[in-house]
Amino acid sequence: MPDVTIPGLVLAAILVNNVVFAQFLGICPYLGVSKRLDTALGMGMAVVFVMVMAVAITWPIQHYLLAPGALGEEIDLSYLSTIAFILVIASLVQLVEIVLKKVLPALYQALGIYLPLITTNCAILGVAILAHRQQLSFLQGLIFAAASAVGFILAIMLFAGLRESLEQRDVPESLAGAPIAFITAGILAMAFMGFAGLGG
Amino acid sequence: MKSVGEIFTRGLWRENPVLRLLLGLCPVLAVTTSAENALGMGIATTFVLISSNLVVSAIKGVVPSQMRIPIYIVIIATFVTVVDLVLKGYFFELSKSLGLFIPLIVVNCMILGRSESFASKNGLFKSLVDGLGMGVGFTLTLLALGSIREILGAGALFGVALVGLDTPRVLLFVLPPGAFVTLGFLLWMMNLLDRGRTRNA
Repeated sequence: MPDVTIPGLVLAAILVNNVVFAQFLGICPYLGVSKRLDTALGMGMAVVFVMVMAVAITWPIQHYLLAPGALGEEIDLSYLSTIAFILVIASLVQLVEIVLKKVLPALYQALGIYLPLITTNCAILGVAILAHRQQLSFLQGLIFAAASAVGFILAIMLFAGLRESLEQRDVPESLAGAPIAFITAGILAMAFMGFAGLGG
Repeated sequence: MKSVGEIFTRGLWRENPVLRLLLGLCPVLAVTTSAENALGMGIATTFVLISSNLVVSAIKGVVPSQMRIPIYIVIIATFVTVVDLVLKGYFFELSKSLGLFIPLIVVNCMILGRSESFASKNGLFKSLVDGLGMGVGFTLTLLALGSIREILGAGALFGVALVGLDTPRVLLFVLPPGAFVTLGFLLWMMNLLDRGRTRNA
């Protein structure tokens, strides 16, 4: 278990090592559902839920099944972790999808194809893998997942706000859409670099 | 029916997975700090793409349609594990610098996208060509991005310092914001090229 304080872990995950701007995780939904603030928030909420659940489930699997020596002296199943993790996350997403469809059909409509695609949201798998690569404890892992997801919400909400106002502006035709979005994201990432070294 | 040549070339430009469809962007932005990393990632992804396309195409008759996505994911994850172990065994340095993004090939939406939209409906040979075309298109885009960023940010290409390049190095380009900005400019250039072409036509 590394020697990290909880506030340090939270601060690092939200600001310094922001999932989107510093780690490049979850770029597809970040660009795909950031055209409007309300859908961005919905996607962010789905990510928080799935991310924390993913770490809560993958952590015990890693430690009690896959870690070298977990099942017996000579058994090392750690090469299976990629396959195991992605299957757990895929099933989780199905669950979230079923629940949302029943409870909040409006939001389900709005998120459209991106909810099934949360399976291929690399932020979820990335954070689950990072939590065990950094050898965090179970509790630290959960906090890390929640803070990373908050970082994702922060990034996508800021970006959605910018894109909503970009739509009112007169952007040159060949820059409109994806190109200007990437350049805006680059400027946002520069702003986030200002947090480097914070809490370290 | 599309010809084989057409299937191959559309991945390079007209349906380029990165520049046109904006798929698989996380590794595109994350590992293109140098041309070498970009090439390594491109080849690894192409291998997974071709292999999974082949297997998905081979079993397309026996997969029940409700179960297809989990099955495709397991197939892709298997090949990713193979790549991960091979890189760790033979290219340790590359494996270290690509780090987290090797296991994350499994969630590259481009690969699942090709399985779902092409390999599950086409024969073995066409799926192979499709995987190769998309993979080469992906690799070339990564290589372009990696080269631009390495030249501007580190004054080098493939780790070799460029002689006679007196422009100051802009560190920003090898840092995260540079990835977003460079890709934004690439997309812009592509739009300009397209516009010029339609005007001439």
